[in-house]
This record gives sequence, C-alpha cells and structure tokens, in this order.
Amino acid sequence: MTDPIVRPPKKDPQKVTRPPELPPLQRSRAALAMSAAASRGAFELQCCKACGAWMYPARDACPECLSVDLAWKPAPDGGEVIAETTIRTTVDLYFRQRTPWRVAMVKLDCGPSVVCHLHGDVEVPGRVRMTAQLDKGGNAVIMALPAKRTPNMADDPELRELTASPKHRRVLVTDGRSAVGQAVVEALVNAGAALVFVGIAEPWKPYPGEDRLKAHENVQTFAFDLTDTTSVQDLAGEIGGKTDILINTADHVRPGGILSAPGMITAKDSFDVNVFGLQRLAQAFGPGMVGRGADGTNSAAAFLDVLPVYALANTPDFGIHSATAAARLSMLQCLRSEMRAGGVRVMSVFTGPIEDDWRQPVPPPKVAPGQIAKAVIAALEGGIEDSFVGDVAKDVATRFRQDAKVLERELGA
Amino acid sequence: MKETTTMNGDALLSALASGIRGGGVRVVDLTHTLAPDFPVMVLPPEFGQCQPFRMEEVSRYDARGPGWYWNTITMSEHAGTHFDAPAHWISGRNLPAGTVDDLPLDRLVAPVVVLDYSAESAADEDFLLTRAHLEAWEEKNGAIEAGSWVLFRTDWSKHLGSDKYLNLRADGAHSPGPAADAIEFLVKERDIIGFGTETIGTDAGQGSHLEPPYPAHFILHGNGRYGLQCLAGLDQLPARGAILFAAPLKIRHGSGSPLRVLALVPAPDVV
Repeated sequence: MTDPIVRPPKKDPQKVTRPPELPPLQRSRAALAMSAAASRGAFELQCCKACGAWMYPARDACPECLSVDLAWKPAPDGGEVIAETTIRTTVDLYFRQRTPWRVAMVKLDCGPSVVCHLHGDVEVPGRVRMTAQLDKGGNAVIMALPAKRTPNMADDPELRELTASPKHRRVLVTDGRSAVGQAVVEALVNAGAALVFVGIAEPWKPYPGEDRLKAHENVQTFAFDLTDTTSVQDLAGEIGGKTDILINTADHVRPGGILSAPGMITAKDSFDVNVFGLQRLAQAFGPGMVGRGADGTNSAAAFLDVLPVYALANTPDFGIHSATAAARLSMLQCLRSEMRAGGVRVMSVFTGPIEDDWRQPVPPPKVAPGQIAKAVIAALEGGIEDSFVGDVAKDVATRFRQDAKVLERELGA
Repeated sequence: MKETTTMNGDALLSALASGIRGGGVRVVDLTHTLAPDFPVMVLPPEFGQCQPFRMEEVSRYDARGPGWYWNTITMSEHAGTHFDAPAHWISGRNLPAGTVDDLPLDRLVAPVVVLDYSAESAADEDFLLTRAHLEAWEEKNGAIEAGSWVLFRTDWSKHLGSDKYLNLRADGAHSPGPAADAIEFLVKERDIIGFGTETIGTDAGQGSHLEPPYPAHFILHGNGRYGLQCLAGLDQLPARGAILFAAPLKIRHGSGSPLRVLALVPAPDVV
C-alpha cells in the first residue's frame, strides 16, 4: 500500500525552487498517435489490419507480416509483470530529480512486451492494468498499475507525476458566481485541495449560492474580473506564487448568430471574457506556474479551461459564442506548447450545452454543473488533456474526428 | 438667462482669476476617479450592457515604448461620473442639439443649486424627492433661479466601495431619486438646465416602477435638459452661489460622456 502523501510544510524561503526539467521529449511521428489517445485518457496501441498483431513501440510496418496498414485502437489493458528494476541514479536531468524510479518489463495480454513505469503497489510477478498517460513533456508513457485498486494508489510518486491531482494543492477557480464554478469549488474541496481561491466579478452584485460558497473552510473569495487586466494582475500578485492549479470556469454565453444578433457589444463582451479573459489569466498566472512546475508535492500542475464543445464546430444558434470557443481552443493550443516548458499541463474540459438560463430553448440532453465538476476532477486526477462532458460533447467530438466538414453541415443544417 | 452686470468682461474675469488665485473662490472636484471597479448601471442581461471603464497599458517605458507611458481606455458613454444628453432617452430623440457634440456652451458653465436630502436618504434608501419637498425647500431658501443646475445631495457617493452603492436586491436597486412631480416642477416651472445625483442614475433605484418609468430621464431629456450622475463631494457645495463646470467630451452623435465636474465655490471668509 502506498503511504499517503502528507500536506507539505510551508515553503522554506531560503531554498531555491527546483527548476522544472522535462522527461525525454523526442518521439517519432508515428508515436504521436499514442499521445493523442492518452490525451483523451485512452490506452491505444497499433494493430495490424492485415494479420491482427498488436505492436509496441510505434511502427511504420507490422513486425509480423510487414503490412503498412496499421491502425491505432483501444488495446486490452491487462498484462503480467515479468521483471522489474529500480533506477537509483541517472544522467537524465528530469529523472535525476526524482530517483529512485521503479521500472518494469510487462508482457501484455495482447502480445507485445513493454518497458514501462511501475506503480509502487504492484507485486512482482503479478497482474497489472496498463495505462497510457501524458508525462510532463506532453508525451504518452505507459505505466503498470495494480490490477485492483489499492489504498492511496493515486499518491504513488510516479503516478502523481503523470496527473495533476488537486490533493494538497491550491487551486484558483475563476468564476464563483456561476453554478459551474460553485460545483467545481465543492468538488475540489472534496478531492482534498488544500485551498480554493475563488474569483467573484462585480462582488457588489448579489448571486445565488454566495452563502454556501463562503461557508467552506478552505475557500477564499476575491474580487476578480477577467475583463479587467488590472484585477487579474492584482490577484496574480497576491496568490500567483501559490496557485498550483488554475481552473477557468468563466464563460460569457448569449444566444444568437452573426446576422441574428446585430451590433458588436455582446460579441465584444463574449470575446472579452472567453478569449481575452483567458489570455489575461495566462499572462498573469502562467509565468509563475511555469516556474513552479517541479516545486514538490504542491508544484504547479495544471491550467484547466472549461469550454463549449462548439469550439470544434460552430452551432449557429449560438454562433458568436461558438466563435469565442474556437478562439479559446486555439489559445489553449498555443498555451499548451508554452507551458510545457514548466511541465504544467493545459487541460480542456469540453462541455455540451449547460443546463442554465441562457440554454432554456436548447433541447436536452444538457449538462448539469455537477457533471462538469466531476469531469474536472477526473481530468486532474487522471491527467487527461481533453475531456468531453455529456452526450452532446462526446458525440460532437466523435464526429469531429470522423469528418469535421460533415459535422459543420450537420450543426449548421 | 441674460443678466446685466456693472462690470465689463475683463473686470469680471480678472476678479474671478484673483479669487481663484488668492482665495475667496475655491475649485471643488465633484468627480469620482474612473476605475475598472467603478460599478455601472445594471440592466436585464438580455439587453445590451453598459461597458465599465477598462484600461490596457500600451507601453510603460518598456519594450513596447521605451520612453513613454500611455494606455488605451474603453468604456460606455455612461460609465463613472457622467453626463446624459437629451438623445440618451427616447423622449428626447427628436430634439435639436440633443447630442453631446451639439450642446449650447452657456449650459455647460452655470450656477448650481444644491438640495441637501442626505438625512432623509440615510433614513430611507428609497427616499423620493417630491414637488412638496421642493416647495418646502424654496420656502426656506428662496426660489430656484431659471438656468440653474440642480444637484440632489444624498451623500450616496460615500457608499462607493460597498454593496450599498448599487444596493441591488432581487427586486432591483434601492437608492433615492426624484419623483415625476419634482422633475416636472423643476423643468416646467423653474426652467433648470439639468439635474444631478450622487447615485448611479438620475432616477431612483426603483425608478422603473414610477409613472412615467424613469421620470428623471423621461422628463429631463424629453424637454432638452441634462443629467449628471455618480457625482461626488456635493457636501462641499453651498445650497446656492456656486458655479458648475460640466462639459462632456465632444463625441459625434454621443448620448453622454464621462467628464470631470468642477465647481467654483465661495471660500470660507478668511478672518
């Protein structure tokens, strides 16, 4: 059983913060597909379409029959550890900071043998469940987990490197006025976050849920407005050095397309919150987080954005809103690359239409704030880069991968 | 509005200048600082919204401009301490000279009467100023002269920074303002230039439930009069005898504008 990690002591101001090193970054182009699957939380391997053989590492041709007709697909995740070793020293800068490091050779049930990270609770020899996770450099690595859950399993130091668990971390939630923000705050408290900072725009306006939000012991609220650069900079000045996870739940949503919603003001408001707000957040908090990517148990770990799945394709009844979402997604892609330098994960939680006042005319299924909160925690604890909440979001994502143009025609019909 | 004086222009201005320079006349600021956290009018969310003041740094002696500091600002015409022109309201839409680029200049510098209802407003957050109040005020202080600005002192500006400033509840905002008969009286019987308040609008927080809705906006602007709101420092003004400077920005077809409102007041006598 893993020893539960304890809440870290207060930071020693005389100690240099450990600089964030990254694990080896190079991957073949073929191997990127494994990272793409891992970014969605899937364990995929290549399978030969001609002979059905599974293979690892990524290949350009089947090692059994030489066919080049290979497909990435979800692979059976069972296996047997056949050997293990513990690395105690290395010249690699990333692993040097983290030894000892347990490594195994696992014979997969589907055929290949793989060298992988090994969870501390796995007994050797023994059955394991394989998972593909993104490492701090954003590349898929395979880890062998105990076949059955063990106590404090998530606290294994190797596994914690591959997730952004909120346990003992200090988290900023940007919009505490919304039901989504409040549900996320509650879920974080339950998931063991050390502190939750909550931004409240225009605090002079009352909002539902205020009393309940402020009643939590580990929750601190701040006046904070994503449309006001000064306000974002001020809060970063106050808590930026101890923000380990940043969760942006803000979303300015108004119905209407381009022709049906005349004028620029509402569109500007939407872009100001959804797109430039994200930029303000990233510029104010990002550099500090990048610098603290390896700062011990409560290192900076993730910048997570909850955004509409219509980032992938426009739904014209919320046309401007979709356009902001697309811009937001593009920003996240840029930010993901920029924050990788610190090993800080940029995560997207894509949602279908949310059950709220603005989406009353939208037919079900709609997503409840609690579902989003659950997905946010699952993304952090699972180290999942792209999650999709609700049937609509999952469906849109699937169809986007099949043919984005077909999706555009369907949504725009 | 023309009055005869015994002094010529040179002598008048020179007397004023020496008053400002040497005492006797004090310049008073009636303006709040324009800042991003200054609240704006709250409307139902399906309507177009009032944009609060925002400031983005262009450069500050850095790579974006090594030797200079400057900002880009954005805001609604109706953010911060601001001026409402007649065209702001539908009742004033067809009037000539209804927008801020086209206002008679002699209206922008004018004598000001200050009605102090701060005690009443402290006792009743929905205090309504009525014609009866004005008649009682005139009884004590004399009639309000034509061509004056009338400012309604409530000390509400002192609530800025607390929830009380907007005082929003589920049934809307709660703050003092004028009743329709008071504005009718000031406009039709006293021929004022405009009406100014310390609250977020010239109307009471619950002004939408009065008849007509938003009587100050409706009646003032329908008759070519102006509004000033979010004023500060009215407690520095005498009931009468001060001169108000309230010139909005000259925005083409503008419905209003943030502005610096100044007053010249008689300084306390030096003993």
